[in-house]
Amino acid sequence: MGLIRDGRLVPDPFTDVSALEELPAGVALIVSFEQWQAHRDALLAGGQPLGLRLNSDQPPQLVATDLERLAVIALDFPRFRDGRAYTHARMLRERLGFTGEVRAVGDVLQEQLHFMQRCGFDTFEVQGPDPEQAWRTIAGDHTVWYQAANDARPRALDRRTSPDQ
Amino acid sequence: MILANRLTDGRVVFLAADGSWVDDIAAGALTTDAASAQRLLAQARRAEDRSAVLEPYLIGVRAAAGARRPVSFREGIRAAGPTIRTDLAG
Amino acid sequence: MYRYDEFDHTLVAERVATFRRQVRRRLSGELTEDQFKPLRLMNGLYLQLHAYMLRVNIPYGCLSSRQLRKLAFIARRYDRDFGHFTTRQNIQFNWIKLDETPDVLAALAEVEMNAMQSSGNCIRNITADQFAGRARNEIEDPRPWCELIRQWSILHPEFSYLPRKFKIAVSGSSNDRAAVKLHDIGLYLRRNADGVVGFEVIVGGGQGRLPYVGHTIREWLAKEDLLSYLEAVLRIYNLGGRRDNPQKARIKVQLNALGPDEFRRLVDEEWAAIRNSTLLAVPRAEIERITSYFADPAWETLVDSPATLADQRSADPAFDAWYRANVVPHRAPGYAIVNLSLKAPGIAPGDLTADQMDKVADLADRFSLGELRVSHRQNLVFPDVRQVDLALLWQELQSLSLATPNIGRLTDIIACPGLDFCSLANARAIPVAQDIGRHFAGSASLEDIGELSINISGCMNACGHHHVGNIGILGVEKNGQEFYQLTLGGSSGEDASLGDRLGRSISAAEVPIAIEAIVTQYKTLREADERFLDTYRRVGIDSFKDSVYGERPERRRAAA
Repeated sequence: MGLIRDGRLVPDPFTDVSALEELPAGVALIVSFEQWQAHRDALLAGGQPLGLRLNSDQPPQLVATDLERLAVIALDFPRFRDGRAYTHARMLRERLGFTGEVRAVGDVLQEQLHFMQRCGFDTFEVQGPDPEQAWRTIAGDHTVWYQAANDARPRALDRRTSPDQ
Repeated sequence: MILANRLTDGRVVFLAADGSWVDDIAAGALTTDAASAQRLLAQARRAEDRSAVLEPYLIGVRAAAGARRPVSFREGIRAAGPTIRTDLAG
Repeated sequence: MYRYDEFDHTLVAERVATFRRQVRRRLSGELTEDQFKPLRLMNGLYLQLHAYMLRVNIPYGCLSSRQLRKLAFIARRYDRDFGHFTTRQNIQFNWIKLDETPDVLAALAEVEMNAMQSSGNCIRNITADQFAGRARNEIEDPRPWCELIRQWSILHPEFSYLPRKFKIAVSGSSNDRAAVKLHDIGLYLRRNADGVVGFEVIVGGGQGRLPYVGHTIREWLAKEDLLSYLEAVLRIYNLGGRRDNPQKARIKVQLNALGPDEFRRLVDEEWAAIRNSTLLAVPRAEIERITSYFADPAWETLVDSPATLADQRSADPAFDAWYRANVVPHRAPGYAIVNLSLKAPGIAPGDLTADQMDKVADLADRFSLGELRVSHRQNLVFPDVRQVDLALLWQELQSLSLATPNIGRLTDIIACPGLDFCSLANARAIPVAQDIGRHFAGSASLEDIGELSINISGCMNACGHHHVGNIGILGVEKNGQEFYQLTLGGSSGEDASLGDRLGRSISAAEVPIAIEAIVTQYKTLREADERFLDTYRRVGIDSFKDSVYGERPERRRAAA
């Protein structure tokens, strides 16, 4: 497994402690919503970059007022069939104006990476032995899109009326 | 006996004694005790893990006058084809 | 009809290439079945009792003769020489091989067809009135809007992993032939008080284990707001539809749990945020482009109801009987809409052989400007037949067994594939339909009985729409035997209603006898021009119960 950004494997500066008891100090952390609620002030005082891992039943509106303090929001796919995080990612970007990193974690399959990216995710915890290859495999799958999402890709109907797109 | 769908073409197949998967219920491995039935099922599940077959399970089979038929009506249709088109069996 | 441009072609071709790779990864074991299944379903491939079944989209029921010939080719080359038309205007093939599916999809792409999202927890085929653009008294043709919605829904990145399947239907006629109120979203084209055409939006209809008639959550929506409003509804559903129980995961459950008013409020709140988004605005040029594909054909200038037709009708009672049953008035003078009945006595409803497909394609070219429609009642339609050609067409259809004069009548039965094909089924549906068809064959009695829908489902998933049949039949399994539960009084039109349970389930052999008893009781009780449904709604269920199950014990005791 590895963290993919822009198609490349990148080191992860964060430690995801959302499933752990202890919150180590002096390290960039990704915590759960419950940990955030319990230790918010201490975490903010620690001066490290912070991130939140939200479950699929935790809409990002829950932390709307804290977003500017968070470097990364990790949205969990508990099972790849649970598609709520696609909406949560868009809401983070389009409704709440979040400009930090939106990370896809959990049951993230190669065949969903494109949709995730279109919805505003910019990093992905990709399973398997060769995450870069997984990304390369799907990267060329689509050159036509019917609808707009949280990306700059032109809709087919806009290209029809403005052929330069 | 074990019944499953073959992955490549989705067809109904039965597990034979040599571990191969056959179209004809007459060639399927029949057991009469629970222990060997479980061994067959374990073997079938390993085949499923290897992506040879899908959804294997144990079915009851009745042997009468040399012919074998599944006990359940539903498995009978799976083995013999749709009741409304007997030309489409197998 | 709509023709793909380079973008549509490219999208479909890319989808086929992607699926080809996904199949390869499955066959090699790189993908487990659990990982592959949603991908397979999103390309329309089910695993059924006998083999894989492929469901091919026929968008809003519109098909060309060229496409029908390709379906015949697929039936012969990759399947067992026939296909089955479904209650969502699609076609199904029952013996497709996984390793050949990419080739089948490539063949379909050659004629601008596909199987994208015909299954899976995503937005399915958009269905419509099969007489769209041709019926008299239509407010507006729904087909351009269906095509717009179709494109918006395909590979939508946010809505491809919904809690459950999502079905949308559109009608532009005051006579709803598309079961609009029984869909997750149903749309009626309507005029507002100023006479402007927009959409009435109905949400939360559906059948299955928990049937509901949909609720109007917006009386009138402007056309330019269509996509933003749909996006709002889907977003509320994606976030709030249940994911803990597949049988409670449809939007109908969510809406009814919240109540229509609260559901509407949530939609409006979301819609307010996106209503003016350029992302969802559709340029006028695109609407005009799509609409231009559905422009009226170059109909000839003809006399309406020509004398030749009247002569032919009076000369041949059989032709006249077919005309009365299967031919529908057309908005262009001198033209007619012709129903092809796929319900000949003893035939599996909705099935068409490869040979019939080729011949029907030829007839469509000769008699119907090369186009056909598929109705959700599993019949075909020729939308543009000259009235002077009807007699000749009738003879051709007779030779193909597609001229049974039973449209909208008792033997025009909807039946799902049932336990003969479907792994979800508890009982068979097709033999029951065949038995009823044989029992009641004979057009004179059918005409006297009049408008009557019988819908048969082989399990509670209700793909046979039994809840909304005037007579509904649900197959159940008891102790390894097939039994059938009857309901009365369902309707799928504007006056949608769910059928009422008649009584204890009965055996297959008893079904035609029970139908006979119900029909006899109806003819005894009917007043003036009442259809079966009208009589039922007027008198209620009791006398029908008695006619099927015998006198009630109380009455016998009172008489003693």
